[in-house]
Amino acid sequence: MKIKETLAELSNLRGVSGAEAEVSSYLADRLEEGRFEVRVDSIGNLLVRKGRKKGKKLMLSAHMDEVGLMIMDFEKNGLLRFRAVGGIDSRILVAKRLRVGIHALPGVIGSKPIHLQKKGEQDKPFREDSLYIDCGFKNHEEAAGYLKVGEYATFDVKCAAISKNAFRGKAFDNRAGCLVLLSLLLEKNSLSFDAAFTVQEEVGTRGAQIAAYTMEPDRALVVESTAAADTPETEQELSSTILGQGPAISLMDSTVMVDRQMRNELTVAAEKAGIIYQYRRFTGAGTDGGAIAYSRSGVKTAVLSVPCRYIHSPHSVLYESDLKSTIDLVRSWLDTQQ
Amino acid sequence: MEKILKTLTELYGPSGEEETVREKILELVGKRADSTFTDQLGNLFVLFRGNAPKILISAHMDEIGIIVTNIDENGFLRLAPLGGLSPSILTGQRLRFKSGLIGLVYHEKINDLKELTWPKLYLDIGQKSRSEAEKVVAIGDLACFDQPFVSVPGSRFLAKAMDNRAGCAVLVETISGLKRPLPQEVCFVFSVQEELGLRGAKTAAFGYEPDYGLAVDVTRVGDTPKADNMAVSLGLGPAIKVKDSSVITHPLIRRFMVDQAKNLNIDYQLEVLERGGTDAGAIHLSRAGVPSGALSIPCRYVHTPSEMVDSADLENAVNLLSGLLRVPWPAVTEGHL
Repeated sequence: MKIKETLAELSNLRGVSGAEAEVSSYLADRLEEGRFEVRVDSIGNLLVRKGRKKGKKLMLSAHMDEVGLMIMDFEKNGLLRFRAVGGIDSRILVAKRLRVGIHALPGVIGSKPIHLQKKGEQDKPFREDSLYIDCGFKNHEEAAGYLKVGEYATFDVKCAAISKNAFRGKAFDNRAGCLVLLSLLLEKNSLSFDAAFTVQEEVGTRGAQIAAYTMEPDRALVVESTAAADTPETEQELSSTILGQGPAISLMDSTVMVDRQMRNELTVAAEKAGIIYQYRRFTGAGTDGGAIAYSRSGVKTAVLSVPCRYIHSPHSVLYESDLKSTIDLVRSWLDTQQ
Repeated sequence: MEKILKTLTELYGPSGEEETVREKILELVGKRADSTFTDQLGNLFVLFRGNAPKILISAHMDEIGIIVTNIDENGFLRLAPLGGLSPSILTGQRLRFKSGLIGLVYHEKINDLKELTWPKLYLDIGQKSRSEAEKVVAIGDLACFDQPFVSVPGSRFLAKAMDNRAGCAVLVETISGLKRPLPQEVCFVFSVQEELGLRGAKTAAFGYEPDYGLAVDVTRVGDTPKADNMAVSLGLGPAIKVKDSSVITHPLIRRFMVDQAKNLNIDYQLEVLERGGTDAGAIHLSRAGVPSGALSIPCRYVHTPSEMVDSADLENAVNLLSGLLRVPWPAVTEGHL
């Protein structure tokens, strides 16, 4: 699989929580070309099986959805009111370009310009309520002719290489994980596993709950993107993960206590295959791990992440080398489980 | 009881690494059961077969603790909490790893107690460098408080992990005194990861599919100087839970428990816990719903290195639980409310 091209394609797709169809169709097309039978369940998870049906049931999972905005109301003058879907820092929203609604209309997030701000206003960041989406509509009626309340907006960003190894783009959380799974499904290997591309992770790990219930795996590995905080203001011991140091093995997060045995299997698999890895040195924030681990009578679950700077913003940065070594580590672990 | 409580509270068992506690409990009660088994997460089931209905009695084995998130170049460890733990309570405390290694928690320089947050804390294990530290500890290792069990003059005990080895001890004692035949099937589950959000009980309830659930856990009290208002005191008997943040006891179960306590002439209290949850919260929402309740052991200083309980409450908890299991449980029918 062409990693750079696929990452760009996945990243550019629009798929905010609850509206993942574009991502799901793209993945389904690629998988059907690869002669896979895919299934979409009631909530929208894309489920696929690779290899034989016997033996230990291994589940790989990656969520397809990204954070974004939802149109909540139209102002008389045609500006749009919105709310964030998933965890977005409202301070990063000002002046960002958007694609709005099912027709991907161009738009921008507007705010009161510096000239008109009163004394003191400049000291406070804009909140959602003081921001609006501007698609150039003349008035309420025109806006309502193009859009309905409840439609989504995504960051208008095209994925690009910014150095030999680094990429900048939106939605790496978690199209990077989708890419890892897709790569392992499409490459030539004799591995057997079930894959779930899940929906609605960013609004509370909802799709994974249903996927895990359906799949009834014996073991699950969640492939994610996690915050790298290897930036100057974050001291090294608190940096969570570092770009270029390979896939990050989670210890725990707010949803799951990672199975100790599986964590060891991952480190052993990494060392055996000569893959550098790191631990995710942060225990907060949630993943699909919890929804899967505590499904039915319990599932041994681990979480592996591609380190990624500035997630949940229009421009995340990741290293291709981390992406590749994450694929290698998942493959190497799957090998030990066959 | 005191001996079992001492043994259990002194064991190492933070959420996620309950195996030492599980092995000890299995050793104490395993032989009496029809079967014992564990699930994927590590819950221990101790089953006494019988006719319907099926009752699940749960006590969590895990205790609060910390997880090592990083090791710095000078050999200091950084940590994150397992369960509801406050940085101010950890400061100055000794912590114990599974290996027996002891470390001390302290904090970076602060000017105000408000600055005392998790990123300021570190664990000093007395090693001079990262490479030395890595010989004895690894990122992801867990640790719990290191405190001995103490029997104070009178009727009270102090120990770490009373929450919830006190509940485990009540189950162990109840199992030891169980007389056959039982009027219905009973499965005792010693659950995992309660402190992280009732996680073990969730999978345990799904796996066992009980008709009724009952959690045995500690609860907070309002009998200390200028305490939060709470009508539970140490030594006035086990508490029959009315509600907490995770569950409202099924009215039928609550009445059944109260009636049994009265019949047996056991002192009891009614508990309304405003903040906090217990395994019953996960059990009662399992599958299509499981009428559930909880029997609580009054406990002071919950989630600190020294939690205090009264032996009379423990004995009465055993008496009440044993009494509840000697009689047929009422059928849940429409209109029971």
